[in-house]
Amino acid sequence: MKRVVISGIGIYSTIGTDIETVTKSLYAGKSGIGIDAGRKDYGFRSSLSGIIERPNLKGLLSRRERVGLPEQGEYAYVATMEALKNGSLDMDYLASNEVGILYGNDSSSIPVIEAIDIMREKHDTSLIGSGSIFQSMNSTISMNLSVIFKLKGINLTISGACASSSHAIGLAYILISGGFQDMIICGGGQEINAESMGSFDGLAAFSTYENEPHTASRPFDRTRNGLVPSGGAATLIVESLDSALKRGANILGEIKGYGFSSNGSHLSVPNVEGPKVSLLRALKTAGMKPSEIDYINAHATSTPLGDLNEGKALLEVFGDCNTPVSSTKSMTGHEMWMGGASEVIYSLLMMQHSFIAPNINFNSPDDELRTLNVIAETREQKLDTILSNSFGFGGTNSTLIISKYRK
Amino acid sequence: MQREKIVTIINQFLTEEFEIDESALVPEALLIQDLGIESLDFVDIVVIIEQEFGFKVTREEMVNVKTLDDMYNYIAERA
Repeated sequence: MKRVVISGIGIYSTIGTDIETVTKSLYAGKSGIGIDAGRKDYGFRSSLSGIIERPNLKGLLSRRERVGLPEQGEYAYVATMEALKNGSLDMDYLASNEVGILYGNDSSSIPVIEAIDIMREKHDTSLIGSGSIFQSMNSTISMNLSVIFKLKGINLTISGACASSSHAIGLAYILISGGFQDMIICGGGQEINAESMGSFDGLAAFSTYENEPHTASRPFDRTRNGLVPSGGAATLIVESLDSALKRGANILGEIKGYGFSSNGSHLSVPNVEGPKVSLLRALKTAGMKPSEIDYINAHATSTPLGDLNEGKALLEVFGDCNTPVSSTKSMTGHEMWMGGASEVIYSLLMMQHSFIAPNINFNSPDDELRTLNVIAETREQKLDTILSNSFGFGGTNSTLIISKYRK
Repeated sequence: MQREKIVTIINQFLTEEFEIDESALVPEALLIQDLGIESLDFVDIVVIIEQEFGFKVTREEMVNVKTLDDMYNYIAERA
Protein backbone atom coordinates (compact mmCIF):
# COMPACT_ATOMS: atom_id res chain seq x y z
CA MET A 1 0.00 0.00 0.00
CA LYS A 2 1.35 3.39 -0.97
CA ARG A 3 1.40 6.24 1.53
CA VAL A 4 -0.95 9.10 0.63
CA VAL A 5 -0.36 12.77 1.41
CA ILE A 6 -2.00 16.14 0.97
CA SER A 7 0.23 18.52 -0.95
CA GLY A 8 -1.96 21.51 -1.74
CA ILE A 9 -5.04 23.25 -0.36
CA GLY A 10 -7.36 26.00 -1.52
CA ILE A 11 -10.56 27.43 -0.10
CA TYR A 12 -13.39 29.81 -0.89
CA SER A 13 -15.54 30.08 2.21
CA THR A 14 -17.71 32.37 4.27
CA ILE A 15 -14.84 32.95 6.69
CA GLY A 16 -12.35 33.88 3.96
CA THR A 17 -11.69 33.31 0.28
CA ASP A 18 -8.04 32.32 0.64
CA ILE A 19 -5.96 30.18 2.98
CA GLU A 20 -4.37 33.08 4.85
CA THR A 21 -7.65 34.85 5.66
CA VAL A 22 -9.31 31.58 6.66
CA THR A 23 -6.43 30.78 9.04
CA LYS A 24 -6.88 34.14 10.75
CA SER A 25 -10.66 33.71 10.95
CA LEU A 26 -10.30 30.25 12.49
CA TYR A 27 -7.88 31.57 15.08
CA ALA A 28 -10.09 34.59 15.86
CA GLY A 29 -13.29 32.54 16.03
CA LYS A 30 -14.91 34.68 13.35
CA SER A 31 -18.41 33.89 12.15
CA GLY A 32 -19.33 33.90 8.46
CA ILE A 33 -23.07 33.87 9.15
CA GLY A 34 -25.55 36.61 8.27
CA ILE A 35 -29.05 37.19 6.97
CA ASP A 36 -30.28 36.63 3.42
CA ALA A 37 -33.35 38.85 3.69
CA GLY A 38 -34.82 37.64 0.38
CA ARG A 39 -35.54 34.25 1.92
CA LYS A 40 -38.55 35.67 3.75
CA ASP A 41 -40.18 36.39 0.39
CA TYR A 42 -40.01 32.68 -0.32
CA GLY A 43 -41.60 31.94 3.04
CA PHE A 44 -38.48 30.65 4.72
CA ARG A 45 -38.78 29.94 8.42
CA SER A 46 -35.18 31.15 8.86
CA SER A 47 -33.28 33.64 6.70
CA LEU A 48 -29.93 32.79 8.31
CA SER A 49 -27.21 31.87 5.84
CA GLY A 50 -23.49 31.80 5.31
CA ILE A 51 -22.62 34.97 3.41
CA ILE A 52 -20.26 34.84 0.45
CA GLU A 53 -19.70 36.85 -2.73
CA ARG A 54 -19.57 35.19 -6.11
CA PRO A 55 -16.19 35.55 -7.78
CA ASN A 56 -15.91 37.39 -11.07
CA LEU A 57 -14.22 34.98 -13.45
CA LYS A 58 -14.36 37.20 -16.53
CA GLY A 59 -10.80 37.54 -17.74
CA LEU A 60 -9.74 34.39 -15.89
CA LEU A 61 -11.76 31.91 -17.91
CA SER A 62 -13.03 32.03 -21.48
CA ARG A 63 -16.74 32.44 -22.09
CA ARG A 64 -17.07 28.77 -23.03
CA GLU A 65 -15.37 27.78 -19.79
CA ARG A 66 -17.62 30.10 -17.76
CA VAL A 67 -21.03 29.28 -19.22
CA GLY A 68 -20.97 25.71 -17.94
CA LEU A 69 -20.12 26.71 -14.38
CA PRO A 70 -22.89 27.15 -11.82
CA GLU A 71 -22.39 29.12 -8.61
CA GLN A 72 -20.67 26.31 -6.71
CA GLY A 73 -18.56 25.55 -9.77
CA GLU A 74 -17.22 29.10 -9.67
CA TYR A 75 -16.28 28.67 -6.02
CA ALA A 76 -14.66 25.34 -6.86
CA TYR A 77 -12.63 26.85 -9.67
CA VAL A 78 -11.23 29.57 -7.40
CA ALA A 79 -10.48 27.09 -4.61
CA THR A 80 -8.79 24.73 -7.07
CA MET A 81 -6.65 27.52 -8.54
CA GLU A 82 -5.43 28.27 -5.03
CA ALA A 83 -4.81 24.58 -4.27
CA LEU A 84 -2.78 24.16 -7.46
CA LYS A 85 -0.72 27.23 -6.62
CA ASN A 86 -0.34 26.10 -3.02
CA GLY A 87 0.74 22.70 -4.32
CA SER A 88 3.26 24.19 -6.79
CA LEU A 89 1.39 22.68 -9.73
CA ASP A 90 0.92 24.31 -13.10
CA MET A 91 -0.89 23.55 -16.35
CA ASP A 92 2.26 21.96 -17.80
CA TYR A 93 2.31 19.43 -14.97
CA LEU A 94 -1.40 18.66 -15.40
CA ALA A 95 -0.91 18.26 -19.16
CA SER A 96 1.98 15.84 -18.88
CA ASN A 97 0.80 13.69 -15.95
CA GLU A 98 -2.30 11.62 -15.30
CA VAL A 99 -4.17 13.62 -12.65
CA GLY A 100 -7.71 12.75 -11.57
CA ILE A 101 -10.57 14.56 -9.89
CA LEU A 102 -13.02 13.35 -7.24
CA TYR A 103 -15.21 16.23 -6.15
CA GLY A 104 -18.15 16.27 -3.77
CA ASN A 105 -21.37 17.87 -4.96
CA ASP A 106 -24.98 16.90 -4.42
CA SER A 107 -27.17 19.58 -6.00
CA SER A 108 -27.30 22.30 -8.60
CA SER A 109 -30.62 24.04 -8.25
CA ILE A 110 -30.55 27.36 -10.07
CA PRO A 111 -29.79 26.09 -13.61
CA VAL A 112 -32.51 23.45 -13.24
CA ILE A 113 -35.02 26.06 -12.11
CA GLU A 114 -34.07 28.49 -14.86
CA ALA A 115 -34.39 25.85 -17.58
CA ILE A 116 -37.78 24.73 -16.29
CA ASP A 117 -38.98 28.35 -16.09
CA ILE A 118 -38.12 28.80 -19.78
CA MET A 119 -39.91 25.61 -20.77
CA ARG A 120 -43.01 26.57 -18.80
CA GLU A 121 -43.08 30.14 -20.04
CA LYS A 122 -41.82 29.87 -23.61
CA HIS A 123 -42.55 26.24 -24.45
CA ASP A 124 -39.30 26.16 -26.41
CA THR A 125 -36.22 24.26 -25.27
CA SER A 126 -34.01 25.99 -27.82
CA LEU A 127 -34.17 29.10 -25.62
CA ILE A 128 -32.51 27.36 -22.66
CA GLY A 129 -29.01 27.97 -24.00
CA SER A 130 -25.86 25.91 -24.07
CA GLY A 131 -24.64 26.20 -20.47
CA SER A 132 -27.66 24.86 -18.63
CA ILE A 133 -27.09 21.14 -19.08
CA PHE A 134 -23.49 21.37 -17.89
CA GLN A 135 -24.48 23.54 -14.93
CA SER A 136 -27.43 21.47 -13.84
CA MET A 137 -25.96 17.99 -13.64
CA ASN A 138 -24.78 16.82 -10.27
CA SER A 139 -21.36 16.13 -11.77
CA THR A 140 -21.07 19.76 -12.87
CA ILE A 141 -17.95 20.53 -10.85
CA SER A 142 -15.85 17.50 -11.76
CA MET A 143 -17.06 17.77 -15.37
CA ASN A 144 -16.12 21.43 -15.74
CA LEU A 145 -12.86 21.39 -13.79
CA SER A 146 -11.60 18.31 -15.61
CA VAL A 147 -11.97 20.18 -18.91
CA ILE A 148 -10.63 23.51 -17.63
CA PHE A 149 -7.56 21.86 -16.09
CA LYS A 150 -7.15 19.22 -18.83
CA LEU A 151 -7.26 16.32 -16.38
CA LYS A 152 -6.80 12.82 -17.69
CA GLY A 153 -7.21 10.57 -14.66
CA ILE A 154 -10.30 9.42 -12.83
CA ASN A 155 -13.14 11.91 -13.22
CA LEU A 156 -16.12 11.56 -10.88
CA THR A 157 -18.46 13.46 -8.64
CA ILE A 158 -19.09 11.93 -5.24
CA SER A 159 -22.63 12.48 -3.99
CA GLY A 160 -23.00 11.42 -0.40
CA ALA A 161 -25.08 14.25 1.01
CA CYS A 162 -23.21 16.20 3.69
CA ALA A 163 -20.41 13.64 3.71
CA SER A 164 -19.79 13.96 -0.07
CA SER A 165 -16.41 15.60 -0.04
CA SER A 166 -15.11 13.65 2.95
CA HIS A 167 -15.88 10.47 1.02
CA ALA A 168 -14.19 12.03 -2.04
CA ILE A 169 -10.97 12.35 -0.07
CA GLY A 170 -11.38 8.88 1.41
CA LEU A 171 -11.93 7.31 -2.00
CA ALA A 172 -8.94 9.18 -3.42
CA TYR A 173 -6.92 7.75 -0.54
CA ILE A 174 -8.02 4.24 -1.50
CA LEU A 175 -7.28 4.74 -5.22
CA ILE A 176 -3.86 6.24 -4.56
CA SER A 177 -2.84 3.82 -1.82
CA GLY A 178 -3.81 0.97 -4.16
CA GLY A 179 -1.55 2.37 -6.87
CA PHE A 180 -4.33 3.22 -9.33
CA GLN A 181 -3.59 6.97 -9.44
CA ASP A 182 -0.70 9.17 -8.33
CA MET A 183 -2.57 12.42 -7.89
CA ILE A 184 -6.24 13.31 -7.49
CA ILE A 185 -7.75 16.76 -7.10
CA CYS A 186 -10.32 16.37 -4.32
CA GLY A 187 -12.81 18.69 -2.79
CA GLY A 188 -16.36 19.77 -2.38
CA GLY A 189 -18.54 22.61 -3.61
CA GLN A 190 -21.77 23.90 -2.16
CA GLU A 191 -24.28 26.30 -3.66
CA ILE A 192 -25.64 28.81 -1.15
CA ASN A 193 -28.63 30.34 -2.95
CA ALA A 194 -32.07 30.46 -1.34
CA GLU A 195 -33.66 28.26 -4.00
CA SER A 196 -31.39 25.34 -3.11
CA MET A 197 -32.15 25.64 0.59
CA GLY A 198 -35.94 26.01 0.64
CA SER A 199 -36.82 22.35 0.96
CA PHE A 200 -34.30 21.97 3.78
CA ASP A 201 -35.80 25.00 5.55
CA GLY A 202 -39.16 23.30 5.09
CA LEU A 203 -37.98 20.53 7.43
CA ALA A 204 -37.60 23.19 10.17
CA ALA A 205 -33.95 22.14 10.42
CA PHE A 206 -32.44 25.64 10.45
CA SER A 207 -31.51 27.76 13.44
CA THR A 208 -34.02 30.49 14.15
CA TYR A 209 -31.72 32.82 16.09
CA GLU A 210 -32.11 35.44 13.39
CA ASN A 211 -31.50 38.36 15.72
CA GLU A 212 -27.99 37.17 16.41
CA PRO A 213 -26.60 35.65 13.20
CA HIS A 214 -23.07 35.24 14.59
CA THR A 215 -24.32 33.18 17.50
CA ALA A 216 -26.95 31.23 15.54
CA SER A 217 -24.77 28.19 14.87
CA ARG A 218 -23.96 26.75 18.28
CA PRO A 219 -22.92 23.09 17.95
CA PHE A 220 -23.02 21.07 21.18
CA ASP A 221 -24.50 23.97 23.15
CA ARG A 222 -27.68 22.99 24.93
CA THR A 223 -29.59 25.98 23.47
CA ARG A 224 -28.87 25.00 19.82
CA ASN A 225 -31.98 24.82 17.69
CA GLY A 226 -30.80 24.05 14.18
CA LEU A 227 -28.08 24.42 11.59
CA VAL A 228 -27.24 27.42 9.44
CA PRO A 229 -26.94 26.59 5.72
CA SER A 230 -23.73 27.74 4.15
CA GLY A 231 -21.44 27.03 1.21
CA GLY A 232 -18.41 27.75 -0.93
CA ALA A 233 -15.76 25.28 -2.07
CA ALA A 234 -12.62 23.59 -0.82
CA THR A 235 -9.97 21.75 -2.84
CA LEU A 236 -7.12 19.49 -1.78
CA ILE A 237 -4.34 17.93 -3.82
CA VAL A 238 -4.16 14.31 -2.73
CA GLU A 239 -1.05 12.54 -3.92
CA SER A 240 1.09 9.47 -3.35
CA LEU A 241 4.04 10.15 -1.10
CA ASP A 242 6.33 8.90 -3.87
CA SER A 243 4.93 11.44 -6.31
CA ALA A 244 5.12 14.27 -3.78
CA LEU A 245 8.73 13.48 -2.91
CA LYS A 246 9.68 13.10 -6.55
CA ARG A 247 8.48 16.60 -7.41
CA GLY A 248 9.68 18.14 -4.14
CA ALA A 249 6.18 19.10 -2.99
CA ASN A 250 5.46 20.74 0.34
CA ILE A 251 3.66 17.97 2.24
CA LEU A 252 0.89 19.35 4.47
CA GLY A 253 -0.24 16.08 6.00
CA GLU A 254 -0.56 12.36 5.49
CA ILE A 255 -3.93 10.62 5.21
CA LYS A 256 -3.66 7.77 7.68
CA GLY A 257 -7.19 6.44 7.82
CA TYR A 258 -10.61 6.51 6.20
CA GLY A 259 -13.68 5.14 7.90
CA PHE A 260 -17.15 4.86 6.47
CA SER A 261 -20.49 3.33 7.30
CA SER A 262 -24.17 3.61 6.63
CA ASN A 263 -26.74 3.80 9.42
CA GLY A 264 -29.29 1.77 7.48
CA SER A 265 -32.11 3.27 9.45
CA HIS A 266 -33.70 6.64 8.70
CA LEU A 267 -33.47 9.33 6.03
CA SER A 268 -32.87 12.22 8.40
CA VAL A 269 -32.64 10.93 11.96
CA PRO A 270 -29.01 10.09 12.83
CA ASN A 271 -27.98 7.35 15.23
CA VAL A 272 -24.99 6.54 17.42
CA GLU A 273 -23.99 3.16 16.06
CA GLY A 274 -23.29 4.20 12.43
CA PRO A 275 -20.88 7.03 13.28
CA LYS A 276 -19.20 4.76 15.83
CA VAL A 277 -18.52 2.14 13.16
CA SER A 278 -17.05 4.86 10.92
CA LEU A 279 -14.80 6.13 13.75
CA LEU A 280 -13.57 2.65 14.63
CA ARG A 281 -12.93 1.76 10.98
CA ALA A 282 -10.88 4.94 10.48
CA LEU A 283 -8.79 4.13 13.56
CA LYS A 284 -8.33 0.56 12.38
CA THR A 285 -7.21 1.65 8.88
CA ALA A 286 -4.79 4.09 10.46
CA GLY A 287 -3.55 1.45 12.90
CA MET A 288 -4.09 3.94 15.71
CA LYS A 289 -5.51 3.96 19.19
CA PRO A 290 -8.04 6.65 20.20
CA SER A 291 -5.36 8.20 22.45
CA GLU A 292 -3.26 9.00 19.37
CA ILE A 293 -5.84 11.48 18.05
CA ASP A 294 -4.98 15.02 19.21
CA TYR A 295 -8.06 16.82 17.93
CA ILE A 296 -11.49 15.94 16.56
CA ASN A 297 -13.20 18.24 14.08
CA ALA A 298 -16.76 17.13 14.72
CA HIS A 299 -19.50 16.98 12.13
CA ALA A 300 -21.81 18.67 14.71
CA THR A 301 -24.08 20.98 12.74
CA SER A 302 -25.98 22.55 15.66
CA THR A 303 -29.05 20.36 15.42
CA PRO A 304 -30.38 18.97 18.71
CA LEU A 305 -30.28 15.25 17.90
CA GLY A 306 -27.36 15.19 15.44
CA ASP A 307 -24.90 16.77 17.85
CA LEU A 308 -26.14 14.64 20.74
CA ASN A 309 -25.73 11.37 18.85
CA GLU A 310 -22.32 12.31 17.46
CA GLY A 311 -21.24 13.34 20.95
CA LYS A 312 -22.37 9.98 22.30
CA ALA A 313 -20.43 8.13 19.57
CA LEU A 314 -17.35 10.22 20.31
CA LEU A 315 -17.63 9.50 24.04
CA GLU A 316 -18.00 5.78 23.39
CA VAL A 317 -14.77 5.73 21.38
CA PHE A 318 -12.75 8.58 22.89
CA GLY A 319 -14.33 8.85 26.35
CA ASP A 320 -11.19 7.71 28.15
CA CYS A 321 -8.90 10.14 26.31
CA ASN A 322 -10.60 13.51 26.89
CA THR A 323 -9.75 14.34 23.26
CA PRO A 324 -10.35 18.02 22.36
CA VAL A 325 -13.36 18.48 20.08
CA SER A 326 -14.67 21.48 18.19
CA SER A 327 -17.09 22.04 15.36
CA THR A 328 -15.92 24.73 12.96
CA LYS A 329 -19.52 24.86 11.73
CA SER A 330 -20.04 27.17 14.71
CA MET A 331 -18.25 29.76 12.54
CA THR A 332 -18.91 28.66 8.96
CA GLY A 333 -22.38 27.23 9.27
CA HIS A 334 -23.04 23.91 7.58
CA GLU A 335 -21.10 23.76 4.34
CA MET A 336 -22.80 20.50 3.41
CA TRP A 337 -21.33 18.95 0.19
CA MET A 338 -18.23 21.06 0.77
CA GLY A 339 -17.95 20.45 4.51
CA GLY A 340 -15.86 17.28 4.52
CA ALA A 341 -13.14 18.86 2.41
CA SER A 342 -13.23 22.30 4.02
CA GLU A 343 -13.07 20.84 7.51
CA VAL A 344 -10.01 18.78 6.61
CA ILE A 345 -8.45 22.02 5.40
CA TYR A 346 -9.46 23.86 8.60
CA SER A 347 -7.93 21.03 10.63
CA LEU A 348 -4.76 21.00 8.53
CA LEU A 349 -4.37 24.75 9.11
CA MET A 350 -4.75 24.19 12.86
CA MET A 351 -2.12 21.45 12.69
CA GLN A 352 0.19 23.65 10.65
CA HIS A 353 -0.15 26.63 13.02
CA SER A 354 -0.47 24.67 16.29
CA PHE A 355 -3.86 25.78 17.53
CA ILE A 356 -7.37 24.47 18.00
CA ALA A 357 -10.05 26.67 16.47
CA PRO A 358 -12.86 27.34 18.90
CA ASN A 359 -16.33 25.90 18.89
CA ILE A 360 -17.79 29.40 19.24
CA ASN A 361 -21.17 29.95 20.89
CA PHE A 362 -20.65 27.00 23.21
CA ASN A 363 -21.68 27.79 26.77
CA SER A 364 -23.17 24.73 28.35
CA PRO A 365 -23.42 21.10 27.25
CA ASP A 366 -26.25 18.59 27.13
CA ASP A 367 -26.42 16.54 30.32
CA GLU A 368 -25.41 13.41 28.39
CA LEU A 369 -22.33 15.13 26.90
CA ARG A 370 -20.93 16.73 30.06
CA THR A 371 -17.65 14.86 29.69
CA LEU A 372 -17.12 15.74 26.01
CA ASN A 373 -14.11 18.06 25.86
CA VAL A 374 -15.56 20.83 23.67
CA ILE A 375 -13.02 23.61 23.07
CA ALA A 376 -14.90 26.89 23.32
CA GLU A 377 -11.92 29.27 23.14
CA THR A 378 -8.96 29.23 20.78
CA ARG A 379 -6.27 27.04 22.26
CA GLU A 380 -2.57 27.02 21.38
CA GLN A 381 -1.68 23.39 21.04
CA LYS A 382 0.67 21.27 18.96
CA LEU A 383 -1.33 18.80 16.90
CA ASP A 384 0.20 15.73 15.30
CA THR A 385 -2.96 13.89 14.30
CA ILE A 386 -6.47 15.14 13.63
CA LEU A 387 -9.73 13.36 12.93
CA SER A 388 -12.60 14.81 10.91
CA ASN A 389 -16.16 13.48 10.87
CA SER A 390 -18.77 14.07 8.19
CA PHE A 391 -22.26 12.60 8.19
CA GLY A 392 -25.14 12.99 5.79
CA PHE A 393 -28.80 12.32 5.08
CA GLY A 394 -29.55 8.67 4.53
CA GLY A 395 -27.11 7.88 7.31
CA THR A 396 -23.90 8.03 5.27
CA ASN A 397 -20.86 8.49 7.52
CA SER A 398 -17.23 9.31 6.76
CA THR A 399 -14.23 9.75 9.02
CA LEU A 400 -10.74 10.83 8.01
CA ILE A 401 -7.56 10.71 10.09
CA ILE A 402 -4.66 12.89 9.04
CA SER A 403 -1.22 13.21 10.61
CA LYS A 404 1.74 15.47 10.17
CA TYR A 405 4.07 13.93 7.62
CA ARG A 406 7.01 12.09 9.15
CA LYS A 407 9.63 10.20 7.17
CA MET B 1 -35.80 45.29 -39.93
CA GLN B 2 -33.02 47.47 -41.30
CA ARG B 3 -29.85 45.58 -42.05
CA GLU B 4 -27.84 48.19 -40.14
CA LYS B 5 -29.76 47.43 -36.98
CA ILE B 6 -29.26 43.70 -37.43
CA VAL B 7 -25.50 44.24 -37.80
CA THR B 8 -25.42 46.37 -34.64
CA ILE B 9 -27.33 43.84 -32.53
CA ILE B 10 -25.32 40.82 -33.72
CA ASN B 11 -21.96 42.56 -33.45
CA GLN B 12 -22.77 43.86 -29.98
CA PHE B 13 -23.71 40.35 -28.90
CA LEU B 14 -20.52 38.88 -30.34
CA THR B 15 -18.28 41.47 -28.68
CA GLU B 16 -20.01 41.59 -25.30
CA GLU B 17 -21.17 38.05 -24.82
CA PHE B 18 -18.62 36.12 -26.89
CA GLU B 19 -15.77 38.52 -26.13
CA ILE B 20 -14.73 38.67 -29.79
CA ASP B 21 -12.59 41.63 -30.76
CA GLU B 22 -14.65 44.17 -32.70
CA SER B 23 -12.00 44.48 -35.41
CA ALA B 24 -12.54 40.81 -36.31
CA LEU B 25 -16.20 41.39 -37.13
CA VAL B 26 -15.90 41.93 -40.87
CA PRO B 27 -18.73 40.59 -43.08
CA GLU B 28 -16.55 37.95 -44.74
CA ALA B 29 -15.33 36.54 -41.40
CA LEU B 30 -15.94 32.79 -41.14
CA LEU B 31 -17.82 32.09 -37.92
CA ILE B 32 -15.92 28.93 -36.98
CA GLN B 33 -12.49 29.44 -38.50
CA ASP B 34 -12.08 33.21 -38.03
CA LEU B 35 -14.25 34.03 -35.02
CA GLY B 36 -13.65 30.81 -33.06
CA ILE B 37 -17.34 30.05 -32.65
CA GLU B 38 -17.88 26.37 -31.83
CA SER B 39 -20.83 24.00 -32.01
CA LEU B 40 -22.18 24.80 -28.51
CA ASP B 41 -21.97 28.54 -29.24
CA PHE B 42 -24.53 28.15 -32.04
CA VAL B 43 -27.04 27.12 -29.35
CA ASP B 44 -26.61 30.53 -27.73
CA ILE B 45 -26.71 32.31 -31.10
CA VAL B 46 -30.08 30.67 -31.73
CA VAL B 47 -31.29 32.03 -28.37
CA ILE B 48 -30.18 35.58 -29.13
CA ILE B 49 -31.69 35.53 -32.62
CA GLU B 50 -35.02 34.27 -31.30
CA GLN B 51 -35.03 36.81 -28.49
CA GLU B 52 -33.90 39.83 -30.51
CA PHE B 53 -35.56 39.17 -33.85
CA GLY B 54 -38.60 37.19 -32.85
CA PHE B 55 -38.46 34.20 -35.19
CA LYS B 56 -37.66 30.58 -34.60
CA VAL B 57 -34.34 29.33 -35.86
CA THR B 58 -33.72 25.76 -36.85
CA ARG B 59 -30.31 24.18 -36.53
CA GLU B 60 -30.69 22.79 -40.03
CA GLU B 61 -30.98 26.28 -41.51
CA MET B 62 -28.03 27.49 -39.50
CA VAL B 63 -25.80 24.88 -41.16
CA ASN B 64 -25.68 27.10 -44.25
CA VAL B 65 -24.67 30.18 -42.26
CA LYS B 66 -20.90 30.21 -42.71
CA THR B 67 -19.88 33.86 -42.54
CA LEU B 68 -21.01 36.86 -40.57
CA ASP B 69 -22.55 38.22 -43.75
CA ASP B 70 -24.52 34.97 -44.15
CA MET B 71 -25.88 35.50 -40.66
CA TYR B 72 -26.96 39.10 -41.33
CA ASN B 73 -28.66 37.93 -44.55
CA TYR B 74 -30.31 34.97 -42.85
CA ILE B 75 -31.81 37.28 -40.21
CA ALA B 76 -32.72 40.04 -42.72
CA GLU B 77 -34.73 37.55 -44.79
CA ARG B 78 -36.81 36.54 -41.79
CA ALA B 79 -36.98 39.42 -39.32
